[in-house]
Amino acid sequence: MKKTMYEKIWDAHVVHEPKGSASILFVDRHLMHEVTSPQAFEGLRIANRPVRNPHSILATMDHCVPTKAADRVSLPDPIGKKQIEVMAQNCADNSINLYDMNNANNGVIHIVVPEHGFVHPGMVVCCGDSHTATHGAFGALAFGIGTSEVEHIMATQTIQQQKSKTMLVKVDGELSEFATAKDIVLAIIGKIGTAGGTGYVIEFAGSAIEALSMEGRMTVCNMAIEGGARAGLIAPDQKTYDFLKGKEFAPQGEYWEQAVAYWESLTTDEGAEYDAVVELAAADIAPQITWGTSPEQVLPVDQAIPDPAQIEDSIKSLAAKSALNYMGLEAGKKMTDFPVDVVFVGSCTNGRIEDFRAAAEMTKGKKVAQGVQAIAVPGSYPVKEQAEKEGLDKIFIDAGWEWREPGCSMCLAMNGDYLQPEQRCASTSNRNFEGRQGKGGRTHLVSPAMAAAAAVEGKFVDLRNWK
Amino acid sequence: MQPYEKHNSVAAVMNRSNVDTDQIIAKQFLKKVERTGFGIHLFHDWRYLEDGSDNPEFELNRPEFKGAKILIAGDNFGCGSSREHAPWSIADYGFNTIISTSYADIFFSNCFKNGILPIKVDAKTLQALMDEVEAEPGISITIDLENQVINTPAGNEITFDVDPFRKETLSKGLDDIGWTLKFEDKIDEFEVKHKQQLPWLWPSA
Repeated sequence: MKKTMYEKIWDAHVVHEPKGSASILFVDRHLMHEVTSPQAFEGLRIANRPVRNPHSILATMDHCVPTKAADRVSLPDPIGKKQIEVMAQNCADNSINLYDMNNANNGVIHIVVPEHGFVHPGMVVCCGDSHTATHGAFGALAFGIGTSEVEHIMATQTIQQQKSKTMLVKVDGELSEFATAKDIVLAIIGKIGTAGGTGYVIEFAGSAIEALSMEGRMTVCNMAIEGGARAGLIAPDQKTYDFLKGKEFAPQGEYWEQAVAYWESLTTDEGAEYDAVVELAAADIAPQITWGTSPEQVLPVDQAIPDPAQIEDSIKSLAAKSALNYMGLEAGKKMTDFPVDVVFVGSCTNGRIEDFRAAAEMTKGKKVAQGVQAIAVPGSYPVKEQAEKEGLDKIFIDAGWEWREPGCSMCLAMNGDYLQPEQRCASTSNRNFEGRQGKGGRTHLVSPAMAAAAAVEGKFVDLRNWK
Repeated sequence: MQPYEKHNSVAAVMNRSNVDTDQIIAKQFLKKVERTGFGIHLFHDWRYLEDGSDNPEFELNRPEFKGAKILIAGDNFGCGSSREHAPWSIADYGFNTIISTSYADIFFSNCFKNGILPIKVDAKTLQALMDEVEAEPGISITIDLENQVINTPAGNEITFDVDPFRKETLSKGLDDIGWTLKFEDKIDEFEVKHKQQLPWLWPSA
């Protein structure tokens, strides 16, 4: 039978399929951070259960960590500090590899893991974090789980799963000059909606996806969850292998060739069928920006903000009305009519070196507009170091940006970086939910280049007609 | 976990779609290292005014909905983050049942692990339920998991689907890990085979 990549990975990991119940799936890699793990360790302790395979786990601290250097020495938030201390203790007690706050490898879990080649094609990868989908960029089946499942995997190295349906999202053709991986995925979510992928695993394919760098592919898969999908997948190819080769946890020596041969066998068979197919033409994808409080409330930057009265679906119309009210926007206007107060470049969506290069390109020789706070938060220390080697930090600092230490930062505003009520933010992160970046804060999701240009102008711009 | 038993309880209506996990439990409450005590933070930004008092405009603060165990909500409930703090706060508040047309995947699976039954009904049925509660706020409805049926005071009988495995674990309050470990020999067998096929995944390689 012809199989999709998802089905091949699934089949290779079925431990047992008891009749009438969930399948038990083997988990190769388990990623961990400080927020969703403490209760799982507590559960193991209470039940006196050991961690089955500590080597399968890689842990970091990212959600709560301050991005100001001085605050990392002495955490200002006592509850966050406790969570970080508990994480360190749990990892030490269970022989788990942890890149703590001051480790040279520290950073956002989904940025750190690929930097060390910890995830390979064909693996099943879980993490108590919905953006685990990021690792689908390597052709791994990677998905977010709850804390009970974190505990379950530590105890059993498996997860109980129901098989998902498969969706192919095919993006063919060439992107226009100012459209990026972020714009591709926002356009996809705009098309299918935030629940469009519910019950599915999405495979992203087509010439525009193949043309993306590994960083770009990670951005696309990262936001598969915002389209409701359990995971996103991209077939591994030479770019994938080149990215992994030589990294610390990549197959070494004689194993490398064997591994590549195995990885090559994983791609979807010619003629395999998907449960749903969605197609987009890359050339039609303009720079995107969200206007509402759900990632599906997105539009090409040159289009007018929709009028809720014109939306037929009554629930969607009500949601749009409430979103415009919360966001302080007017239907009929364009996003380029609105000023920004804060610009944030970073997160597991857009916190990689390529993202800072793109933002620096727009920033070079310019200044941040008066009254705008612009913060650049590298996804990890290695990203920070590389950016500094290339002199990007100077470009940002000279223009009036703050150049910070790595962490999740203002993507979810747990660490002391947050918006004030009604502040409008051009953000390269992944969620524009009410209050996501701070109570009353207004988030507009954009690409790094769009965010950086907004910092210079003090308002949103259409990069295509920007000097 | 408490076994899920048949009950007759007050149903609260929350007529909003895409209620996300950031609204269910805001990030400032995710720093605790325990599983308990999240109920007072449920829907914090909607539920409380600046001075910390109850927001009278918020649905769940309506006196008729006090003590509700059933939450009737709009489409795509629980979208966003994987944080299990969301079902922890829902359960700790006192809900053990949610009725909606659809749920985000991770949230849906997290519910069953915390004694919460998320019931899916079609849009028409959901609307009828909301209308019935709104016509007489404070009414109690009966949830019978064993027979997979909801009964309302107006005499509506709504059947629902639930995965048989999840039904069994929820109704008996079974521990997931204990269940999986019954198959520990299969896990051991699989691991040996997997290691032979992909030796580079293990540290000794």
